[in-house]
Amino acid sequence: MIASLYRFGIDAVRSVTRGSRAYFLWLAFLVGWIALGVVAYVHQLHVGLAATNMLDQIPWGAYIANFTYLVGMAAAAVMLVIPAYIYDDHELHEVVVLGELLAVAVLTMCLMFVMVDIGRPDRFWHLIPVLGRFNWPISMLSWDVIVLNGYLVLNAYITGYLIFTKYRGQRPDRKKYVPFVFLAIVWAISIHTVTAFLYSGMGARPHWNAAILAPRFLASAFAAGPSLMIIALSIIRDKMGYPVKDKALNRLRQIVAVTMLINLFFFFSEIFTELYSFKHHAASMRYLLFGLDGHYKLVPYIWSAIALDAFSALVFITPRLYKNWNVLRVACGAAVVGVWVEKGMGLVIPGFVPSPLGEVIDYTPSFTEFCVSAAVWAAGALIYTLLLKAAVPIELGKVRLPGAPALSPEDYHQGHGRDEHADVGHSPAPEAAE
Amino acid sequence: MAKDTETALDAQPGGDSPLEIREDEHGTRRAFLKLAGAAAAATAAVAATGCGSTAPTTEEFLRQHYKKLSAEEKQRIFARIEEETKARTGVTTHISDPPPLDGVEYAYALNLSVCNGSRRCVEACARENNLPDDPEIRYIRVFEMEAGSLEFEEATPYYAHENLPAKDKYYMPVQCHQCDNPPCVKACPVQATWKEPDGIVVVDYSWCIGCRFCVVACPYFARRFNWVQPDIPPDRINPNQGYLSNRPRFKGVVEKCTFCLHRTRKGRLPACLEACPTGARKFGNLNDPNSEIRKIIETKRVFVLKEDLATLPRFYYFFA
Repeated sequence: MIASLYRFGIDAVRSVTRGSRAYFLWLAFLVGWIALGVVAYVHQLHVGLAATNMLDQIPWGAYIANFTYLVGMAAAAVMLVIPAYIYDDHELHEVVVLGELLAVAVLTMCLMFVMVDIGRPDRFWHLIPVLGRFNWPISMLSWDVIVLNGYLVLNAYITGYLIFTKYRGQRPDRKKYVPFVFLAIVWAISIHTVTAFLYSGMGARPHWNAAILAPRFLASAFAAGPSLMIIALSIIRDKMGYPVKDKALNRLRQIVAVTMLINLFFFFSEIFTELYSFKHHAASMRYLLFGLDGHYKLVPYIWSAIALDAFSALVFITPRLYKNWNVLRVACGAAVVGVWVEKGMGLVIPGFVPSPLGEVIDYTPSFTEFCVSAAVWAAGALIYTLLLKAAVPIELGKVRLPGAPALSPEDYHQGHGRDEHADVGHSPAPEAAE
Repeated sequence: MAKDTETALDAQPGGDSPLEIREDEHGTRRAFLKLAGAAAAATAAVAATGCGSTAPTTEEFLRQHYKKLSAEEKQRIFARIEEETKARTGVTTHISDPPPLDGVEYAYALNLSVCNGSRRCVEACARENNLPDDPEIRYIRVFEMEAGSLEFEEATPYYAHENLPAKDKYYMPVQCHQCDNPPCVKACPVQATWKEPDGIVVVDYSWCIGCRFCVVACPYFARRFNWVQPDIPPDRINPNQGYLSNRPRFKGVVEKCTFCLHRTRKGRLPACLEACPTGARKFGNLNDPNSEIRKIIETKRVFVLKEDLATLPRFYYFFA
């Protein structure tokens, strides 16, 4: 066991340090961004958070906005897991581990965004239960620490176990991972719910203080997450030769079609409730949608987000459009970006405007915030790239413990299902419709 | 620091540029590793020069939460802070830590009919509590309100004209309301802020991680974050300091009004009250049936801000 774990590590390092020129150029590109971000972050440590454009009236900015969005992306891995494990969808079962690896990379980004946002990162240990002084269960942030780290551990364990057993040429023991998969499903819902509760529990901030917030968070995450998975899986299929079936991508497309429409509906419900009734309660919503007292900074952001969301929803429900892979990919990109803007500039920032004492102040990220945020994204992309580079050859049976039998993804993943019947008829020909 | 940044960027277009097309894979990889190495070296250099001045000492890094400190540890910490202040500014300070008084619960009341918007309270507070001027941190904000309106959205804290009070305006000073049900305390993930038995909400500046969730949670805009290292000219430093109130703070932590607990717990009045030229400010022990504050609350039509949020402020307003 220990010896094979050692070999596993060696082989993983070997996989990630070999590759095409394009692979290394991609890594160099990411490392370049990370280096720029590290310089920017050191600058921020040096001068303080004044290096950002945040201020007492806008105490959270780009970092927490990105964090909030990414928690949803991590949670969205369940949109692969639920069909695969609860509805025995074999096509998604073959790619579910790729979604869980994405969750691992995205969660790491979430934790990085929290670290770059706090004023005293040297005191992070105060957040560690027992060692520090944890305000649990009263503070919603303490819940967030628990659920995010727990979800990271769960996903790291599940993917690590599956890939390692594959490496050893064995079929995974259902008892050793399926209970954790089901736990992870509930846990995924919880991470984004708790993150929404951070906001909706704030009586001081009427813009967030609404029961629709958590459902809206989940709907938008389950639209943006699977959209990103469609893009990622099609790249993995093209660049790494992983057999991702069109049926799997199409299943994700069906999910996004529903969740994006629900997301737009929730948003519309919120806009209606705010604007039709309360004058002051709705000040943030008016600032967001139309501008307030001569301040219009968020107006172009939110209307772009609504346009992107609506465009993607239109593509996802129109067969003539989504059957064209290029159009579908553009729509997925639109959903990813649209929800990102809607959550960040469209939800986090207007919560602060007007301030509790009525001040209207605009915010856009500073150059430092831009560099640091870009670096965290690059770090996430780097982590996901390296995880895939190590895992995909094992999943394909190309890299395995010396002497272990080779199993194709199809053979292997039948062991995951509840029945052992042979799932024949996987044709490699593209089939866009169900 | 700028110099190091240039080095990091210069490393890229050098002789072994990763962008230079190589025939074999191996060459690309080597170039990539070189770039990665150069980036790591540059960042290490920046880190070494950039952070040295503000990195916490081991003692500071490991310092425990205020409530876990023994009396001796506190004395040692106070002495160390006094030494540091002396070394940095040449000013001899004294740090005390007066405990809450038995049977005392403080409350504040403000007569809006006589407040003339002079903002003497704001300045007195800044001097008393060692608040920096650049960038300015102020615990009290005075809003110029439209007569007959309680809408903050129609008010401004940025009035700058002479002849106060202005016609058809009145003035509403806002500071920490020391809520009995404080949303900021609920928000803090590490219990760095809490409500004391006398009702004052305090912050342990040495425990706060600077997440600013309390700033987000406060409905009264009463909390201030140190976006930079606060700097006070030596001649402006108030040497009478409380560990949980006006002792030196540092960048990256949150602070707020403490009803001047280093004064009030020793029987003095808050600095803002002493500075008020009109007598608009009243302060005292809510539990004392003969106190002025108690009389005001019993006989005047007092109100609190944002009553619907159930924060139960200890800061009352009235017109009389």
